[in-house]
Amino acid sequence: MIRLRWALADGVTLVGREFARLRHDPGEIVAALLFPAVMVVLFGYVFGSAIGVPGGGDYREYLMPGLFAMVTFSSVTGVMTRTAADASRGVMDRFRSMPMARSAVPFGQTGADLLIGLPMLAVMVVAGLLAGWRPHLGPVATAQAFLLMVVLRYALSWVGVYAGLAVRDDRVADALVPLSLPVTMVSNAFVPTGGMPGWLRFLADWNPVSALTAATRELFGNPGVPAGDLAWPLAHPVAAVLLWSAALLAVSVPLALRALSL
Amino acid sequence: MESIVVAEGLHKSFGDVRALRGLDLNVRRGTVCGVLGPNGAGKTTAVRVLATLAAPDAGHASVAGHDVVREAAEVRARIGLAGQYAAVDEKLTGRGNLRMFGRLSHLPRREAHRRADELLDRFGLADAADRRVAGYSGGMRRRLDLIASLVRRPEVLFLDEPTTGLDPRSRGEIWQAVRELVADGTTVLLTTQYLDEADRLADDVAVVDHGRVIATGTPDELKATVGDRLDVVVEDPADLPRAAAVLTGLAGAEPAVSGGDRVSVALPGGLRLAGVVRELDRAGVAAADVRLRRPTLDEVFLRLTGRTEPVA
Ligand SMILES: Nc1ncnc2c1ncn2[C@@H]1O[C@H](COP(=O)(O)OP(=O)(O)OP(=O)(O)O)[C@@H](O)[C@H]1O
Ligand SMILES: [Mg+2]
Repeated sequence: MIRLRWALADGVTLVGREFARLRHDPGEIVAALLFPAVMVVLFGYVFGSAIGVPGGGDYREYLMPGLFAMVTFSSVTGVMTRTAADASRGVMDRFRSMPMARSAVPFGQTGADLLIGLPMLAVMVVAGLLAGWRPHLGPVATAQAFLLMVVLRYALSWVGVYAGLAVRDDRVADALVPLSLPVTMVSNAFVPTGGMPGWLRFLADWNPVSALTAATRELFGNPGVPAGDLAWPLAHPVAAVLLWSAALLAVSVPLALRALSL
Repeated sequence: MESIVVAEGLHKSFGDVRALRGLDLNVRRGTVCGVLGPNGAGKTTAVRVLATLAAPDAGHASVAGHDVVREAAEVRARIGLAGQYAAVDEKLTGRGNLRMFGRLSHLPRREAHRRADELLDRFGLADAADRRVAGYSGGMRRRLDLIASLVRRPEVLFLDEPTTGLDPRSRGEIWQAVRELVADGTTVLLTTQYLDEADRLADDVAVVDHGRVIATGTPDELKATVGDRLDVVVEDPADLPRAAAVLTGLAGAEPAVSGGDRVSVALPGGLRLAGVVRELDRAGVAAADVRLRRPTLDEVFLRLTGRTEPVA
């Protein structure tokens, strides 16, 4: 019991640390909050003018669930770079040589990421509303959609902790960040997967980005909910997101804790 | 005197690299133990094992009576560690770092804040306390790193090359800080490549090479094992080879030549200065200066590790 209390208290201290870092870095805050708005303009108005929605409908209505998924997945790279920076600068060693709970490090990182993610999501919502996007199926379904994003984001942040501990070098981590782009692009987030060549379509259909996008499209009542003969995750997107979250947590939590203990 | 850090037969490999191969160490409470060794000798690995950051493959170690593997939490509550690279958060202020480490050491908030202020004052960082560490000089960072390991008043402080890369002034400041800590009763284990640092700070020295301790003792004891040195300065550099030959004959070892006019050799005991002068005379060498002196720790180190180049 006492150990659990300390683990929580240490986690809270480390969440506070992330916010203190941000407070000294207003540029980073502005960039993080501007990013969603820029995405809405870039994809909604630049690409949107040339992309058609399957089954008809407004492209920006189609796009917003994809952008929500993109922001959700940015958790992996954000947590990975922060964790790798600690590991390469020796800060992680200092934490590990202190009488604090070792699990506090990932709990602090993932907890902070969750709190950092909320304002990003809020900005994205406002940008979406300004661009004409609306949730159509009432408050309960809308809340469920956001809850799914939060659940998957938390699972993804643990993947980020493990990835950061595995690379142990902030320059490598920074170099890996652009790779997240194809992961979000090879999906149904921006264009329907129907037109992709078979092998790419397979990857896109099973990409968790697609599951989250399909699930929130369904829950928001946005256009582009595919019909016909679908891959399992797209036919049952809500279940797929929950399963992905559980699977990612089941794998990355033990891996991250093990990497920290030795 | 009571031992506070004990290591016996520590082994640690990284793949094919055998970083530690049976390292033994003994540090007496309230003293400074200097661990000397060339690059790659295993100093950092030994410190990491003692500070519970890495588990040894074989052997065991205890700090303040607690096993570093089985009772790691007990050990962590009693040690401070300042690694080879400043391990502080660059994006926080100096004060922010110390407060965070204080909280993580489970000091109550008020106490963590008070301790941060006290340490910043005492180690001359009060003026920079509210600036981000990213803007600190190398010396300031190392000092902050050192005091970050002091928030909890450790019984044993591990310092891995605390002054590498610092200018003489900053080194002096770190040395002063270490002396004050020891005066307060802290035991310090410090690794270094600077022999003068060990000579000035350490009560005992352990020379490590290839993952093993190859010699231990006080700096004076170590110097005595090598024997006194004989320096001969010649008037005419042309005499240098003949002077060297004379010393080779007397000492049974090849002398070191330095400065273009000086040869130096370790002398076995019992040789008298007068005898040396007579031999040089007989060989027709005009000596400007002949003298016996204690060896420096550098010479002890080079002898022990078989290296030909000084490390610092
Ligand atoms: N994490 C690691 N992975 C692989 N090899 C390692 C690791 N840590 C240390 N080594 C190797 O173990 C040996 C001992 O390294 P260690 O860092 O302990 O030496 P050191 O005496 O501290 O050297 P230096 O004076 O350069 O700091 C070296 O050959 C090093 O390359
Ligand atoms: Mg080292």
